[in-house]
Formats: sequence, structure tokens, C-alpha cells
Amino acid sequence: MRHLILSLVLILYPFTSGAFEIEEQVLFGPENSARMIRVISTGDVRVFEPMITGFLAENTDVAVDYTVVSSSELMKAISQEEASFDVAISSAMDLQTKLANDGFTAPYSSQATEALPEWARWRQDLFAFTQEPATIVLSKEAFAGLPLPQTRQDLISILRQHPDKFRGKIGTYDLRQSGLGYLFATQDSRTSEVYWRLTEVMGALDAQLYCCSSDMINDVSTGKLAVAYNVLGNYALSRADTDRFIVLLPSDFTTVMMRTVLIPRNAQNKELAEPFVDYLLQVAWNNAGQPSKQLYNSIMTLAQKEDSLRRIRLGPGLLIFLDTYKKRSFLTAWENAILQE
Amino acid sequence: MSGTVHSRGSIRRRLMVQLLLGAAVLAIALFFIVQSLARQLAEESQDHILAAAASAILDAASVRQGELQLDLPYSAFSMLGNLSNDRVFYAIHFDDTFVTGYDDLPLALESNNFGPRFVTRLFRSEEVRIITAERRLASAGKPVTVEVALAQTRDGQRDQLNWISQTAATLGAGFFVSVAVLAFLAARSSISPLLRLTESVGRRGPQDLRPVAAPVPSEMAPLVAALNRFMDRLKTSLSRSEEFIADAAHRVRTPLATVRTQAEITYRRVEKEENRTSIREMIRAIDESSRAAGQMLDHAMVTLRTDHLEQAVVDLNTLSAEMVDRLRPMAELRDIDLVLNVLNKVATVGDAILIQGALRNILDNAIKYSSTDSTITLSVSQNAGWAQLKTNDQGIGFPENGVEALKNRYARGANVEGVVGSGLGLTIADEVARAHGGSLNIANNTEGPGACVTLSFPLC
Ligand SMILES: Nc1ncnc2c1ncn2[C@@H]1O[C@H](COP(=O)(O)OP(=O)(O)O)[C@@H](O)[C@H]1O
Repeated sequence: MRHLILSLVLILYPFTSGAFEIEEQVLFGPENSARMIRVISTGDVRVFEPMITGFLAENTDVAVDYTVVSSSELMKAISQEEASFDVAISSAMDLQTKLANDGFTAPYSSQATEALPEWARWRQDLFAFTQEPATIVLSKEAFAGLPLPQTRQDLISILRQHPDKFRGKIGTYDLRQSGLGYLFATQDSRTSEVYWRLTEVMGALDAQLYCCSSDMINDVSTGKLAVAYNVLGNYALSRADTDRFIVLLPSDFTTVMMRTVLIPRNAQNKELAEPFVDYLLQVAWNNAGQPSKQLYNSIMTLAQKEDSLRRIRLGPGLLIFLDTYKKRSFLTAWENAILQE
Repeated sequence: MSGTVHSRGSIRRRLMVQLLLGAAVLAIALFFIVQSLARQLAEESQDHILAAAASAILDAASVRQGELQLDLPYSAFSMLGNLSNDRVFYAIHFDDTFVTGYDDLPLALESNNFGPRFVTRLFRSEEVRIITAERRLASAGKPVTVEVALAQTRDGQRDQLNWISQTAATLGAGFFVSVAVLAFLAARSSISPLLRLTESVGRRGPQDLRPVAAPVPSEMAPLVAALNRFMDRLKTSLSRSEEFIADAAHRVRTPLATVRTQAEITYRRVEKEENRTSIREMIRAIDESSRAAGQMLDHAMVTLRTDHLEQAVVDLNTLSAEMVDRLRPMAELRDIDLVLNVLNKVATVGDAILIQGALRNILDNAIKYSSTDSTITLSVSQNAGWAQLKTNDQGIGFPENGVEALKNRYARGANVEGVVGSGLGLTIADEVARAHGGSLNIANNTEGPGACVTLSFPLC
């Protein structure tokens, strides 16, 4: 399997390929292959490598060019620069929905796409292949001797009771930087008013703001943070140091994000992109109705929590929070709550 | 006699075609009506949702210090995405300048100052329904307008319409098929009295000229009345001609008898052999003529009397005995032994004169077609519920083929050229037997030469 990876290049060249910024680019499969699928993705190479090598084992003459970008760069690449990619994979459900809504996708329908549950597909353009809950990660050390919260309300009470203990030790997304954080926050605010109360409590306790889940988990692990709010549970659980923290699925409600795949309108190899999407969906949904644990190695059994799950709904509703006015007023409210200077 | 009938068209077919055409027109009309209603409904419901979403957006707009405040409600878009998977576009203009949304989405041009405007057009190469609605607000003492254009693709509507079209097509087809079946049944049932009449007239025997008595639908009454009148006239004219024949035969027979007596007297007086021969010839010819006349009379009688058949008990034993006695002298002239063999006592109900005529003709034939020095046996018996008069002779027998045809009027066998005859004898016997509900069976003897002719009558 290793031999399939012919080159692994880590390049940052914002100047060569236009304005969108590439974080990493990897070529799988034979070099100089005439049949090449260009994948643009927000997912780590490490996560997708098994799936891609599996696909290449079945299609030996095909190569996969895997480009990693941030979700906003992906949006920019597809919608503004109309760069020619064959498959686009992203965790930003709102941006993916906007791409599909604005007509930057090529519709595709197959047995694999039709088999998806209603909530995992929008039109014939957008297909979900993971379910990733937003969790609260608690440091074991910090919570030694304290009752473990189960809900946001529990967490609020604990924070209020021990303000000194937690001051400066709460981490959450900086919504101005992180699209995923913004998505989680807007969905939380839609589900319950408790989100705003929690944000205010966190703001009062001098919350630390982060760009990404991994940094937050690192800091929980080292003890710099006691609580990290709205962290991707799959990331936390796939780490080696899970003994240092507790990953909590809040039982009042757990917002679930889904990674989605789409075929861009100006894909040059649709006939290759289509089997690739089929393969991805088959690997992801290999046991009826529930995404498999192969991707993102989720050891969380979501099915048991079905009642409290709030899957983010694909569809035009997601466009609302992308609106400049809406975003501005939401961020203003959030800043007022979290930056209580 | 089967005359050619000129037929043009068919009532049943015409009925079917008219009903089917009507049904097809109705089915197609049904399809289009349902479809257009559905389209109207689908369009209206899309417009309603768009209007609700647009007014939700406008309600969320306000002006603070000359700036537009807009808290787009999530529900406005989610309601558009709830019923269908349609794409949604929007544009918001404040004081005639674009502020947010899709800047290439056009507002409806003319403002009518009240109510939303709808338009269907292409946007980003897809057909969309666009609503434009506005709201007046006040800022720093002067009025300002917020306008929203909200567009939705029509995939959901198209799916819905396709589904309804399919349903409507199935409905129309089902309607057509059921009408077709009904049309077939209706055509058949309306034609059936005609078929029944045809059948009942067709089934009648050649002599049956009774009026049609079974009830018929009023539309057919004139036809049946005309038919009945026609048959009545036919019957009258038939019986008149039979009467005429009987009269004629009778008038010929009486003078013939006189002529015969005179010829016999003359025969006895004449001595010259050649003269005697010619007088013998003369007597023979007179006999033939009077027999033919007798047969014609018999036949006319049969026709006349079967119409109102007498219903009296007829003792067939006595009748046979009398007939054998009457004909025995004639048989003895040819040295033929005429034997009556009574096996049972039998009787039937009917007309004794007719039965006598039938039996006389059969025995007459037997004598005529037998050689001298032979025996003719008339057996009277009861057999399988029938009274039977069976005549066996030892003569030439019937020809091999076409025996049944000999029952026809004036039909004569190919094997009897030398013998004089009219071809009416078997016809008379057959008609009499059938008029009584019986039958005439002609065949050859199974053992030995000669014919076997059986008259069967129902027992009483
Ligand atoms: N007893 C009989 N034996 C042989 N042939 C007969 C006999 N009776 C009738 N036939 C045949 O049937 C034919 C029809 O008989 P019929 O109607 O009595 O007419 P006819 O005797 O005047 O010719 C005869 O021509 C003859 O061929």
C-alpha cells in the first residue's frame, strides 16, 4: 500500500495557483497517469489515505491528486476562481450548501447516493459521509473531586460555583476565525437559549479563543485548559492521550456536523469523480444507516444518543448565517458576550 | 332459399365507436383539467410560501440611525427548504441600493405599491419563481423602502407536477378502460333483443308462420308488428294456394275415376289384343294420374291440417289394420304378401287422417318398389318411449347416398327410373311425423335386401 504513495509534498505556494492557499498536496497512485482525479479537501491526508488507497487498489491506472485547503479557501477555489477540481470534500456544511445552492455543483445520482438517509443528502449535489458531534472536553485533573456535568446547565452551575478555579481555563472557538466554530455556535443558538448563557459565563471567566479543535485538545491535555467547548469529538477520541481528558456528549443536545462531498460543476473528469464519490460513500456507510468508524475513527456510538442528537440540517436554512448582515449581528452579540472587557 | 342480404355498418360497432370516442375525449379532457388544476395549485402554494418567507424577512428589518438593521429569520429559508429540495436566492435593497444577498438577482421592475409581485424567469440558467416585496420604514423623518427579492427554483414543483400528471394519466386511462368495458356491455345488451328475435325466427320450421309473441323492446315493436303482418299474409296466401291445389286435385280425381270405370268396361268388351293392350296402358296412366292427384291432395292436406293439428287419441293398431286391409288387394295384384305384425298396443295423440296418409304413402312405396312374390311386413310396436310403425320390404332398397334428401319435395331416387312416381310420398310422411312431434326414419334392412321405413310418434 505504501508504494502507491509516490510523492508526499508539503508545499506552500500561494503565488503559483492563484489566490487560494494550499496547505498540502499529495499525489497517490502512478505518476504521469492519464487518468487523474483532483480532490480538494479540508480533511487531513492521514484520515483519507486508507480510503484513497482502497479506491486505487480497485482502479490501478488512476491517480489521485489530493489537495488540502481550509474551508474558506475551498469555497474561494470553487466559486470564485472556478479551479478545476473533480471532487470537493469539506466539513463546512454551510459553505458546501452555498456552493450547491449557487449552482457550482454537478448533480449526481447513483445507487450509493440514493441509499443515503434523507438528512445525509441535499438535492443530487451534496452527500454526507460522516457524523461528527461537537463535544465538551474536560480535563480529568481539573475535574477531580467535582461532579461531572452532563448538560450545559450543569456546566454553567459548576463554572459559577468555582469561578477562581476555572478563570482563564476555558477554551472555545474564536468564531471570527473558525468557520466550524461559527457553524456550531449558530446551530447551538438556534437550538437553545442556554448557549448564550453559557457564552456569557465563559466570557465572564475570561475564555480563551482558539482557531482549531486540535489546539484546544492539546491545551486540555497539558492542563492549560480545564474545559474546551464545542470540540470535534472524533479528533479528541482519536488521540493517544485520551486518559487525560473526558469527552462529553452533552445530553441536553449534541450538535452533529457532517462532512460532505460534492462534484464541482467544472470538474474535468466527472466519469472518474463519480465512482470515487460512490466508493467514498460506500466505505463511509458500510453498515446500513450509520456512517462507519473507518473514517475519522469514531469510537462514539451515536446511535445510543439518538434522542439528544441535533444533526445540522442541509438546505437553504444554512445560507441565513452566511448573510453578511446576519453574520455581523451574530458576531456582535457573541463578542459582547465573550469579550466582556 | 337464402337471399343475399346487403348489410352496411353495424349498430353495435357504431354504438361502441361513439361511446369510445366520447370516453376518449372525456378522458383527455379529464387529464388536462387535473393537470392544469394541479399546476395552478402547485404554483399558488409556491407563491404562498415565497410570500410568507418574504414577509418574514421584511418583518425582521428595521432602521436605526439611518442604518438598516436586518436579522434574517432562519425560518424564512428553512420553510423554503422544507417541502422541496429547491435552491433559494435572495437580494435585499435598502433605499434602492443593493445591500445583501445575490446582487445579480433582479427585482421586479414596476412597483405597484401594494402586495408582492411574482415573476418566473431564468436565473443562473435555471427557471426560478421570484417574489419581490417591499416595506416602508421611516428614517430621520423621511420614508425609506426595504425591498426583498426572493427566488426559488421549481424542481419540487416539477416533481409534484410529474407525479400528478402520471396519476392523472392513470386516472384517464382507467376511466377510458372502464367506459370501454361498459360500452361493450351496453352495446351487447342493447343489441341482444335483436339477436334473440333473429334466433327465434331462424329456429322456426319452414311451416311455422305464427306471429312472434315474445315481448320485445318498444323500438323493435314496429319491426316485429310488420314482420307478424307479413307472416300472416304469407300464411293466408300459402293456405289459399294449398286449398287451390287440393281443390284442383279433387276435381281431377273424380272425373278420372269415371274415366277409369269406363275404360274397364270398354276393356272387357274389346277383343282385339292390340286394342286391349292400349286400353291397359290407358288404365295404368289413369291410375298414375289419380295417384299423383291423390298425393298432391294429401300433401295439401298435410299443410293445411298441421296448422291447427287435431288433438285426438289415435289407436295405431286399428289404424294399421284398416290400412293393411285396404291395400292388400293392390299388393295381391303383384303377388305380394302384406303382413301386419302387432307387437304392442300403441296409441298417439293427433290427426288420424294425416297419419293414415303417411302410412298409406309408405306402404304404397313398399309395394311399388318390391318385386313380385315378396313379403312386406308392417310392425306396430313400442320402442324407447315411441310408438313405431315399421315397414320392411324385400325390394330394391334405397340408394346408398343422399337418403335424407329423398324426404324433400319432388325428390326421387336415382334407382327408380322405370317406376312412376311424384316424389311426394316421403315428404308427406315426414311432414306428418314432424307435425306430431315424431320422426320419419328411412334406411335399408340390415339383413337382406329391401327398405326399412319407420314412422315414430310420441306415445300417449
Ligand atoms: N320402399 C322403398 N324402397 C326403395 N326405394 C324407396 C322406397 N320408398 C321410397 N323410395 C325411394 O324414395 C324416393 C322418394 O319416394 P317418394 O317420396 O315416395 O316418391 P316416389 O315414390 O313417388 O318416387 C323414391 O323415388 C325411391 O327412390
